[in-house]
Amino acid sequence: MIKNIDFRICFSVMAILTVLVGLFQSWGIALSMLNLCLISAVMAMGVNIQWGFAGLINFGVMGFLAIGGLATVLVSVPPVHEAWSAGGIGILISGLFLAAVVISVFIINKKLSKNKYKNFFVFLIIILSIPLLKFIAGPSISKIESINAATSGFLGGANLPIIFSWFVGAILSALVAFVVGKVCLGLRSDYLAISTLLVSGIIITIVKHEEWLSRGVKNVIGLKRPVPYEVNLQKSEWFINLVQFFNSSKLSNVLDPEAKISLLNQLVISSSGVFVKLCFSLIFLVVVFVILYFSEKALNSPWGRMMRAIRDNEEAARAMGKNVVKQHLFIFMLGSAIIGFAGAMLVTYDGLFTPSSYQPLRYTFLIWVMVLLGGTGNNYGAVLGGFVVWFIWIQSAPFAMVVINLFTGHLDETSYIKDHLQNSVPYFRYLMMGLGLLLVMRYRPKGLLPEKVIKN
Amino acid sequence: MDFLNSIILLTNFIIVPGITYGSQLALGAIGVTLIYGVLRFANFAYGDLMAFGTMVVILMTWYLQSKGISFGLLPTALLALPVGILLTIAVSLFFDKTVFEYYRNKKSNPVTFIVVSLGIMFVLNAVVRIIIGPNDINFMDGHKFIMKAREFKQLTGLNEGLAIKSTQVVTLVTTIITCSILFYFLNKTKTGKSMRAYSNNEDLALLSGIDPKKIVLITWVIVSILATIAGTLYGLDKSFKPFTYFNNLLPIFAATIVGGIGNPLGAFYGGFLIAFSEIGLTYAYKKFFKYIMPESLEPSTLIQFISTDYKFAISFAILIIVLIFRPNGIFKGKVI
Repeated sequence: MIKNIDFRICFSVMAILTVLVGLFQSWGIALSMLNLCLISAVMAMGVNIQWGFAGLINFGVMGFLAIGGLATVLVSVPPVHEAWSAGGIGILISGLFLAAVVISVFIINKKLSKNKYKNFFVFLIIILSIPLLKFIAGPSISKIESINAATSGFLGGANLPIIFSWFVGAILSALVAFVVGKVCLGLRSDYLAISTLLVSGIIITIVKHEEWLSRGVKNVIGLKRPVPYEVNLQKSEWFINLVQFFNSSKLSNVLDPEAKISLLNQLVISSSGVFVKLCFSLIFLVVVFVILYFSEKALNSPWGRMMRAIRDNEEAARAMGKNVVKQHLFIFMLGSAIIGFAGAMLVTYDGLFTPSSYQPLRYTFLIWVMVLLGGTGNNYGAVLGGFVVWFIWIQSAPFAMVVINLFTGHLDETSYIKDHLQNSVPYFRYLMMGLGLLLVMRYRPKGLLPEKVIKN
Repeated sequence: MDFLNSIILLTNFIIVPGITYGSQLALGAIGVTLIYGVLRFANFAYGDLMAFGTMVVILMTWYLQSKGISFGLLPTALLALPVGILLTIAVSLFFDKTVFEYYRNKKSNPVTFIVVSLGIMFVLNAVVRIIIGPNDINFMDGHKFIMKAREFKQLTGLNEGLAIKSTQVVTLVTTIITCSILFYFLNKTKTGKSMRAYSNNEDLALLSGIDPKKIVLITWVIVSILATIAGTLYGLDKSFKPFTYFNNLLPIFAATIVGGIGNPLGAFYGGFLIAFSEIGLTYAYKKFFKYIMPESLEPSTLIQFISTDYKFAISFAILIIVLIFRPNGIFKGKVI
């Protein structure tokens, strides 16, 4: 077993694999795979900050991704003025009411900290506030949802460029993480895992069913983009010239002028899609590099050393005067902010927000597989994990198809077993993930790129 | 008369579904709690183990149906249950030998166990979907209703009907039988007592000559039996879909922790607590109050605490409240 793999070798291998996919399948597939790899890498870095740096087990990744996605809707979609005039005031009042409830709970917690009925009061306030909130907000919600129910039926957003939403998503996620962390972080590791998983379930339920906010299961489609649209590209002069320049040899082979123009048109259409994905890749690459740079800086700073000390021996760190509770809360918020950022990136790339697509298997546990497989506590490992896992996730279906054809080749075309297996090809990716995780945990428990322990 | 009507209304919409759903959750939660008590980790693969057991039962049911065998008024799936249980036990023991045993001998921390159980979850998930597909399957046969709402109305002359599905009775009876055997086993037999001792204090149990391998084996056997039964009952009552089984893991976890993790009796009550609060808090009581209140005080709203969309969220919220105020659960946990 190789003890230390250089991360440069790993990344070169991944780059070569991506190029191979581009050559053998198509450049569109290769680039969209690369983009999702990059987004996954950001998610994995967020989880790695929580789990690798601080040893906090957060199974609520899905919830924070959804909050990031919600941010894109709230920031970029144009506001629905009719809905605002119909029910905006009601929503604002209920928002104020909610804030008042939260503040009063905090005050009771502070003021009555010695009183043995404290918990009872807090409980009573929360229980009473839910029906009251429904009573206040109910009429305006139904008004908002009834306006153009088929096309809008929600409040809309702020109509700002969608890039802003990435940062808003991060901030919103951090705020939610603050509340979640206050409640859950005192729990032991396995309890923390279960409770964050359930909290993310609650977040998804809210995003799914509060239609005035997010359109819920009706989805928001046609979100803005930070890059040009294909249709506009196909009309612009410079892009056509660019395509002509890159394919000059191919075009010069065609002598007939009409055939030349139709070939050029085809090339322009196919390369406009590739160009858009390439723009996305560039933006995502910048994001990955910036986050990677700062994570590495943080990991090797005194603060990073303190976090590792807290992770490895909480008692000793506490004895040295470190505020463990505060640092845990801070790093939980930081990691969740990065996850929220990635969630907003994902929705921006997809161009649509579908709350019902958030499922723990794909959006929590897969990200965890990335971190564990890549290397816990190593930022390069997290990025590599994002690449490798997404690559396997995408390529395991074609791979399984080849294997199935190999083993069932002797069977009849109409054979039931062959047909059944070919239909279930998409599920082989779960099998690959599970086996991969089990093998890595057994034979390389620290991941492909283990954490570097610096000794000086 | 109005009072009787209101009682029937609540029985039909809250008590009967609550008992059924509660029994299914309770059986699942006891399984999770046993794993936690004896093997000391939260098994995330449990939902998919339930799905696997149910899948085998369904395949066996289809086989029996194709041979023309049925169980009379009762669903054929009950006849297929033993086969499902046996195969689930085999799968559990296989994963224990190949995966968990290594980490147990290494005395790994609970998080490692959770992570490898995630790996098994992925694998089982894939196996179930590859074999039987991701779609909804209804495998209930036999007599559907014991009491139909209309028949009840004719019988009693009341306005409200009471419908009792045969699956609901089957669920309740099976749960009672399974739980009585299980609690008798845990509390009265020597093996059960040694299991509890092992869960309470591993070192002391080893010192007094309890064979840990045997304890682990028996735990997996019991857990697989419970998982298959709970999964099959749920599938008979609603329908079988691999994805729902994974989702059911969450209320089961909630029930386990609410009842005190590692405490089977607590898990049993926890299942019912979760089920009744999910159903009771999302039910619209308007009709109920119409019956018992004088006409002048009739409610204008639905009198529903929270909409049914938030059904799952209620169990999660209960769990979080319990975790904050009583992390050991309502009934003291950590010992079976």
